[in-house]
Amino acid sequence: MTNLLILQGLNGLQAGILLFLVAAGLTLVFGVMDVINLAHGAQYMVGTYLAAAFTGLTGSFLAGLALAVPATLIFGLAVEFLVIRRLYDRSHLDQVLVTFGLMLMLNEGVRMIWGAGPISVEMPGALSGSIPVWGKLRYPVYRLAILGAGLAVAVGLWWAINRTRTGMLLRAGATNRAMVSALGTDINRLFLLVFGAGAMLAGFAGAMMVPVVSAEPDMGDTVLILTFVVIVIGGIGSIRGAFVAALLVGLVDTLGRSFGPILLRSLLPPDAAGQAGRTLAPMLIYILMALILALRPAGLFPVKR
Amino acid sequence: MIGSDRAMLILLAVVAVLPPVLSALGEPFLTVILSRALIFATAALSLDLILGFGAMVSFGHAAYLGIGAYAAGILAANGLTGLEVQVPVALAAAGVFALVTGAISLRTSGVHFIMITLAFGQMAFFLMTSLSAYGGDDGQALAAPSTLFGIAVFDGAARFFYATLAVLALAWLGLRTITRSRFGRVLAGTREDPARMQAMGFSPFGYRLTAYVISGMVAALAGVLLANHAAYISPSYMSWARSGELIAMVALGGMGTLTGPVLGALAFVLAEEALAKLTTHWRLPFGAAVVLAVLFTRGGLMGALSRTRGRK
Amino acid sequence: MTPALSVQSLTKSFGALKVSDAITFDVAEGELHAIIGPNGAGKTTLIHQLSGSLAPDAGRIAMAGQDITRLSMPARARLGLARSFQITRILAGFTLLENVALAVQARSGSSFRFLRPVAREAALNDQAAEALVTVGLGQSARRIAGTLSHGEKRQLEIAIALAMRPKVLLLDEPLAGTGHAESARLSTLIAGLKGRLSIVLIEHDMEAVFALADRISVLVQGRVIATGTPPEIRANAGVRTAYLGEEEG
Ligand SMILES: Nc1ncnc2c1ncn2[C@@H]1O[C@H](COP(=O)(O)OP(=O)(O)OP(=O)(O)O)[C@@H](O)[C@H]1O
Ligand SMILES: [Mg+2]
Repeated sequence: MTNLLILQGLNGLQAGILLFLVAAGLTLVFGVMDVINLAHGAQYMVGTYLAAAFTGLTGSFLAGLALAVPATLIFGLAVEFLVIRRLYDRSHLDQVLVTFGLMLMLNEGVRMIWGAGPISVEMPGALSGSIPVWGKLRYPVYRLAILGAGLAVAVGLWWAINRTRTGMLLRAGATNRAMVSALGTDINRLFLLVFGAGAMLAGFAGAMMVPVVSAEPDMGDTVLILTFVVIVIGGIGSIRGAFVAALLVGLVDTLGRSFGPILLRSLLPPDAAGQAGRTLAPMLIYILMALILALRPAGLFPVKR
Repeated sequence: MIGSDRAMLILLAVVAVLPPVLSALGEPFLTVILSRALIFATAALSLDLILGFGAMVSFGHAAYLGIGAYAAGILAANGLTGLEVQVPVALAAAGVFALVTGAISLRTSGVHFIMITLAFGQMAFFLMTSLSAYGGDDGQALAAPSTLFGIAVFDGAARFFYATLAVLALAWLGLRTITRSRFGRVLAGTREDPARMQAMGFSPFGYRLTAYVISGMVAALAGVLLANHAAYISPSYMSWARSGELIAMVALGGMGTLTGPVLGALAFVLAEEALAKLTTHWRLPFGAAVVLAVLFTRGGLMGALSRTRGRK
Repeated sequence: MTPALSVQSLTKSFGALKVSDAITFDVAEGELHAIIGPNGAGKTTLIHQLSGSLAPDAGRIAMAGQDITRLSMPARARLGLARSFQITRILAGFTLLENVALAVQARSGSSFRFLRPVAREAALNDQAAEALVTVGLGQSARRIAGTLSHGEKRQLEIAIALAMRPKVLLLDEPLAGTGHAESARLSTLIAGLKGRLSIVLIEHDMEAVFALADRISVLVQGRVIATGTPPEIRANAGVRTAYLGEEEG
């Protein structure tokens, strides 16, 4: 039981870290640019496909990953340049529609190029297998690597936002847009950068996941919605909120699915507990979101504007 | 507004004579597709009440289609095929879901509202996928078509078509009445300027929530029809992409006009069918069309119509 | 007699900035009480707190003796508190008549009515038309409010407020940005309202203020430094140095 708890806890943390990587870009794009981007999940998907494709070309997953990350950055910059920058002075509804259309195009685009079936990538040899983490309990090395890489990026992001000039502009921009333009910063360049970086983070998260989940069309949709839940819980525009909420959602979702039925069994007869568990587990994070919003409509770390 | 009414009546009249024409042309299957378009037109109309008149960008509206469809499907599987039972249950289920989720969602606004309604839509989606007794992820066939007091009102493509047309006409009349009432004026006022409304003495919340509930109930009615149209219930009816399509139908048709969303839904479903005939990758040109239409046109189809007729 | 509006020790800070510093004043029934003060003195913030769109940190607001400090803006409006906004807020997509009829509707029965076409409710339209005539917009009832000139929008706002049949009316710079003729017409209109309802008037046009006001309170950096009749305020040395002096000089 303790072992299962640790195992699932690690799984939850790893899922949470990945969610954070995707959510960070989305919450920044919204906080700084006031744009809601439904195609953000598709950036995650593009990351997995690019990683799979480059791995196929080079024969090495690490090389594929190293190529995929800058490629997702370039892709993000192109999307901003071609579409997103036309949306800054549009209503949220227009943004929803355009990025929804964009998402349809991207999902269908990968289907055209790579087909509808899943594309899987071999786990790199050095990172396959598992190591002991707690007594006899073993955990896959690759998942630990994802956890580590995700944490490293989170720390790097924290540093970039709190310790660099651009980061300062971003924080200022998220709370007071007028101030940033008053500082004489080239807003267009800043926005391009933020969007590109957000796309790259999502793409990086996707690329890291290829060996585990394999690339599939529409795979970004689920991620996008989880990401929405994360940034709504965290407070839209808040990186810290996104971090806390991502871990919370990752843990609640993972632990709920494995322990929910077990807990229910102590309350209900086994049959009913099984059915209730299966019903409730996938809804748990939405219930969590509803509860948090009922108490704090602007999320856990509301951004003042 | 008068123009919009006339356009709607002409539209209904033209659509009404199509089935015999289509079967005379040897294309009876088009009647089936047209029925589907009418069902989505009803759903789009219902969304227009909150989106167009209340400025609430709900991204979870497909959930209500699904609730209606599952109400019909679950009751039919348990031997209750009568619409006289299915419709009240569908309306009540949708109303309760809308009341609870609306009360939470409406505490927020703007992007928060969009994302929260989306999340609640997903919650309903997952609820349906977990109903293993009713097909789980895959859904299941409708046990029997719905009847009305024992009469097989949905029997045959033509009958079903006229039944959906009647529902659409009723929904239009109902929403037309509501939007012109005292309530409708307050709702539209909150769209124009909530602070001004508050300064007049109106608390927007109650009006918005009421509209949200009505809108969900009308969509559930469309959902009952949808289950019968496909003779199948499936969680895919309530996927978030479907919610996005409904928004696109309303926005591209013309928000707040009632006629616009109907036009939008017809254009949408027919374009979908036509593109799907040409290529399996129809979503690509489709997505591109949505992007271009929003970026480069204003006011939707109704806006274009009234512009060509020299209005506005 | 209990004053129509009484404000006691109203205090509000934005961070370190004290925008309302223990503001205390009364408005008697039928009185026109002007609040003047330099830009940024906290006048609009005061109106926001009186109308209920901003919660004070401390202090008490009462209407005809009833404590309204914790009431929402709609609740205060229903008790008879109407306001205009410094930046005009009208329902831009509605006609003028619809704008004002909605204000009438707010105080005449439930708005949870779904069947009868509101455009045909003669009682609403008649009273709305009357309010439009009062402010001089009688000819434009069918126009879309968004197409009005700035001055006309100001007039419409007052028509909306009047249609609410308020007991207390808060006007935030109603004359600002209006042309000469419009400004004169609005002044006459406000003069005509005097005595019938209690008015809090914020205005930078000193000529209009001294002509219209029964009493004037001078607000500087969130504090009321003087309250009195126009002659008293004119004669007040403190006010002259703090405010009027710079304005005239
Ligand atoms: N929401 C807010 N947050 C922080 N400071 C604010 C806020 N609203 C107003 N202020 C500040 O409070 C002070 C008072 O503002 P207010 O608008 O009440 O002044 P005012 O007397 O109406 O000025 P004016 O004559 O220019 O209309 C100003 O310094 C303003 O910058
Ligand atoms: Mg002011």
